[in-house]
Amino acid sequence: MESYELTFEPDDRYNAFLTICKKAPYRKGKLSGIAVAVKDNISTKGIETTCASKILKGYVPPYDAHAVELLRQAGAAIVGKTNMDEFGMGTTTENSAFGPTLNPCDTDRVPGGSSGGSAAAVAGNMVRMALGTDTGGSIRCPAAFCGIVGLKPTYGRVSRFGLIAYANSLEQIGPMGLTVSDISTLMQVIAGKDRHDSTTYDRPYTHTPVADVKGLKIGIPEEYFGEGVAPKVADVVKTAIHRLEELGATTVSCSIPSMKFALAAYYVTCTCEASSNLARFDGVRYGPAADTKKSWHEAYKEVRKAGFGTEVRRRIMLGTFALSSGYYGKYYTKAQVARENVKADFARIFSEVDLIAGPTMPTIAFRLKEKSDPLSMYLSDILTVPANLAGIPAISVPCGKADGMPVGLQIMGRPFEDERVIDAAYAYEQAVK
Amino acid sequence: MVTEKEVEHIAELADIGINTVELGTFTHQFNAILDYFDVLDQVKGDTTVTRDLTNIMREDVVEPSLTRDEVLKNAAAQEDGFIKAPRVM
Repeated sequence: MESYELTFEPDDRYNAFLTICKKAPYRKGKLSGIAVAVKDNISTKGIETTCASKILKGYVPPYDAHAVELLRQAGAAIVGKTNMDEFGMGTTTENSAFGPTLNPCDTDRVPGGSSGGSAAAVAGNMVRMALGTDTGGSIRCPAAFCGIVGLKPTYGRVSRFGLIAYANSLEQIGPMGLTVSDISTLMQVIAGKDRHDSTTYDRPYTHTPVADVKGLKIGIPEEYFGEGVAPKVADVVKTAIHRLEELGATTVSCSIPSMKFALAAYYVTCTCEASSNLARFDGVRYGPAADTKKSWHEAYKEVRKAGFGTEVRRRIMLGTFALSSGYYGKYYTKAQVARENVKADFARIFSEVDLIAGPTMPTIAFRLKEKSDPLSMYLSDILTVPANLAGIPAISVPCGKADGMPVGLQIMGRPFEDERVIDAAYAYEQAVK
Repeated sequence: MVTEKEVEHIAELADIGINTVELGTFTHQFNAILDYFDVLDQVKGDTTVTRDLTNIMREDVVEPSLTRDEVLKNAAAQEDGFIKAPRVM
């Protein structure tokens, strides 16, 4: 097939990219010649993929992630790999081994994370769309902080083949873009069944957004406007929800009692999965060389101490601890019960409403270095992790500003109703544009 | 409360490598995080419901895969077409 070439030489003043492909090949197709940036934890054949970690510096994947392969087939030009929190572990993109990404709306602030590079590349007008990944809010948080659109698809809607795993049961690859239409276009390309990921469903996405919320019932959980949510952010989001009412939706207040346990359940689950997933980084098959003259444990320890950043080591240890004999029942088992309770709460609410809406993040973007304490950073994920625990689709769409910074409206839907979530976001976007 | 000794043991199990300065910081942070995790003690029940999921199987047959060269490309140490690893014994 005939191949073309896109020249891509952006002024990357925000440190959004870890790798820039100055000459990006593409072919004819639906996305012909459109520059798409890809988060650096998604494998790209022939393009260095590091997960923003020193332990993968120099790693060049011998194959494409399924989502990347689909993008290439559709004619997209893969123009680079974007910065992120190392292995996706963070909410600010400051946990990158290659320096933080800055928020294009205010360079004294973080872009959010962990897909902060993808968000900054879009918000900084370097690319129109990008792929991110969302384990506990990593697409929606940076989308909200940078004033762009980001969707975490239903779990199983997009193949994770070639995504370098952090927490398999929670994470999804998803689209980020300037507009809801862009999100929808990317979903048309990347969604569907993949034989290499047995958790995918045969649910391709063939939808074109319709700006209509008439007759829809939207649940407003009280927990999304409670303690810890900045009043100014809450006000902006309430105004946005009121707009949806003017467009013909009705709202009803609801409650997710299991939210009390959601964040702890999330962090126990993701650190446990990480402790197992990240065991593969041993400096043997890829990454910096292990000293083969030393004993296994000695060499292994040396590579991992030098190669992993502090947050990654912290999470591996937390997960190892939570899974260790004597603590498994107290942490992991309870986290799984809490996770089922979150699912059950959503199922109950969705038997009465079509969508759930609230803020994406409890605050506007943090200042650089503001979240130096790990627990205080974890707490800021409280409004995004429930969707990952339940596996439901959730979008963040810009809905105004607080203190001059963008605020995101989060809309969640029933499993596999990504289309409805996108339509509601589209209706809002079209009404305020 | 976890002690420095316990954190050191966990670091050993995870082959993570840790020095004495870090040990104090990690232990302090772990205790704050684990305190927060204690909220899970209030969750009732010890078993999760069986989900409506089925295993996906395929026949165990050889399919096209990466070539040896492609696989070895990222290995830092190799010898005679094999990946070289640290001593196990």
